[in-house]
Amino acid sequence: MLEKAIQGSKIYWGWIATLLLLMSIGAACYWQQLSHGLTITGLSRDVSWGFYIAQFTFLVGVAASAVMLVIPKYLHNYQKFSKILILGEFNAVAMVVLCLLFIIVDLGSPQRLMNVLLHPTPNSILFWDMVVLNGYLLINILVGWVTLEAERKQVAPPNWIKFFIYLSIPWAVSIHTVTAFLYCGLPGRGYWLTAVLAARFLASAFAAGPAFLIMVTYIVKIFTGFDPGKGVLSTLGKTVVYAMCVNLFLLLCEVFTVFYSQIPSHMAHLQYLFAGYHGHGVLVAWMWSAIIMGVVGILILLVPANRERDNMLVIGCFLIFLGAWIDKGLGMIGGGFVPNPLHEITEYVPSQLELGVSLGVYATGFLVLTILYKIAIGVKAEVE
Amino acid sequence: MKTVRRDFLKVAAVTAFGWGICPTVKALASGGARPSEGLFFASRHAVHVGPNALKAQRWAMVIDTTKLNEKVVQDIVQVCHTTHNVPDISGQQNIKWIWEAPMENLFLDDLHEFQPESGAKTALALCNHCDNPPCVRVCPTKATFQREDGIVIMDFHRCIGCRYCMAGCPYGSRSFNFQDPRPFIAKTTPDFPTRTKGVVEKCEFCAERLAEGKMPACVEVSEGALAFGDLADPESEVRKLLAERFSIRRSPTLGTNPCVYYLV
Repeated sequence: MLEKAIQGSKIYWGWIATLLLLMSIGAACYWQQLSHGLTITGLSRDVSWGFYIAQFTFLVGVAASAVMLVIPKYLHNYQKFSKILILGEFNAVAMVVLCLLFIIVDLGSPQRLMNVLLHPTPNSILFWDMVVLNGYLLINILVGWVTLEAERKQVAPPNWIKFFIYLSIPWAVSIHTVTAFLYCGLPGRGYWLTAVLAARFLASAFAAGPAFLIMVTYIVKIFTGFDPGKGVLSTLGKTVVYAMCVNLFLLLCEVFTVFYSQIPSHMAHLQYLFAGYHGHGVLVAWMWSAIIMGVVGILILLVPANRERDNMLVIGCFLIFLGAWIDKGLGMIGGGFVPNPLHEITEYVPSQLELGVSLGVYATGFLVLTILYKIAIGVKAEVE
Repeated sequence: MKTVRRDFLKVAAVTAFGWGICPTVKALASGGARPSEGLFFASRHAVHVGPNALKAQRWAMVIDTTKLNEKVVQDIVQVCHTTHNVPDISGQQNIKWIWEAPMENLFLDDLHEFQPESGAKTALALCNHCDNPPCVRVCPTKATFQREDGIVIMDFHRCIGCRYCMAGCPYGSRSFNFQDPRPFIAKTTPDFPTRTKGVVEKCEFCAERLAEGKMPACVEVSEGALAFGDLADPESEVRKLLAERFSIRRSPTLGTNPCVYYLV
């Protein structure tokens, strides 16, 4: 099936070339980082994780979204999702690749990466995150490939693959739960020290992930004429809007707990993010934009008629996706570190080189996504 | 007869299961010749030291904030950073093992605005060598580990620079080498390793000096403001000070059980 990836139109090759160009820009930036260290980033002693780790956190959610197609299809026999299931699974593959790359570029000593395997340490949540992310990657490659191959041969997928399909459901939940556990088990970081964090991560993931899938499927539709089937995307839009409602609800639960209890070390982070703290507030405008985008996105998608209209569905998904990205990809990590344990304020803004590296990583992920989608759509076209 | 045999089998099965699990758990937690060295889980490491070494069951430090003055603080920071080749980097990517911080930042929950004027305004911050250290719990490679005498220490050659320990530490005691530190060391002390870029570092209670029978460098120059000793020994200087004077610790409610005490 791989041959499908090397047969394409001029637009396809142009897109591949663009991605390769962006990847080389990223590689050049990463070379600077390898030579000079993480000093080229905006990170500091006080804000020791930043844009890279935030992207990883956000993308784990986008990866987990495949389960929002698998559950209806395999647990509720909702056959309409059959056609785009492969897009969800291959999307998960590309997103987990992105997650792993973002973790690697964040390491100060990437040459020692294998120490995590050489000295396995189950008391570290990072060890478990390594296990679940790689596991999810393998499951989705396996399931995606085997089912696509069966589709190509126009036979039913082998029965044993069902095991891995069902396994992928709890596994998808596990990747984002474990990722939340990275943060919410740390004493002295009030913003993350909340049991609702894993639930909130999952809710925003099941909003942002399917929103991303809807947008990507539209792009695929425009360029390849692939038809996901009537009502499929609007149904998925329902998942997006309900998950985003749950996400905002959980955020409000957090806000209530923090501000009604009046515990300063928990209030400080939310104050910093949404109002500014002692005159510092680079993220305030971002965070309010995220809230507004989330709310407007919900209002658009809650109306059934809007979900049926392509333009409105995509706009709603775009707003919700962007809102969730700002919340997790900018606010979640930075906000947890400001103020620091000594109640001092060091703000964080990613550097240009840091963004350059991230651009390269994103381009790599999108290259994987493009190639996998090219294969999937190619097979589907061939069958039809 | 049948019942008896069934009961016997139950007991036998449970026993066999227990016998089977216990050595396994032990092996998982230990591995290697010494039971305290963890193969999988971070556990306490035995201390291998020479005959002259200073030994303790639980090392602890007592800082008398009333005895700290500008000169003593400066000397302490200076001697620590020189002894351990801590680079002098300005800005927010700096590295510090021990530093001066305002009392209200160190003791967020314990101080109020009506403290006596005569009280200390600042004190020293350093690694607390917690009994229950979050940094050791989160490290994915056991590059940071705890010795049997309580010292929390780093293997600079194993650290992958993931900085999870920095997020885990509720005291801000850890620094990361964002760049090659060597150009920022005015005069290298050959007795102690310099670090490379991309690893985390922090105070190690002068483990290398204790091994040679010397007290920590900061204690030596502190003119009596810092005391260091065995918390398990009722006759030790630290225990006597803690028995005589009122002392506080940084964020004790977090359950880390810090082993640096402050006399106020």
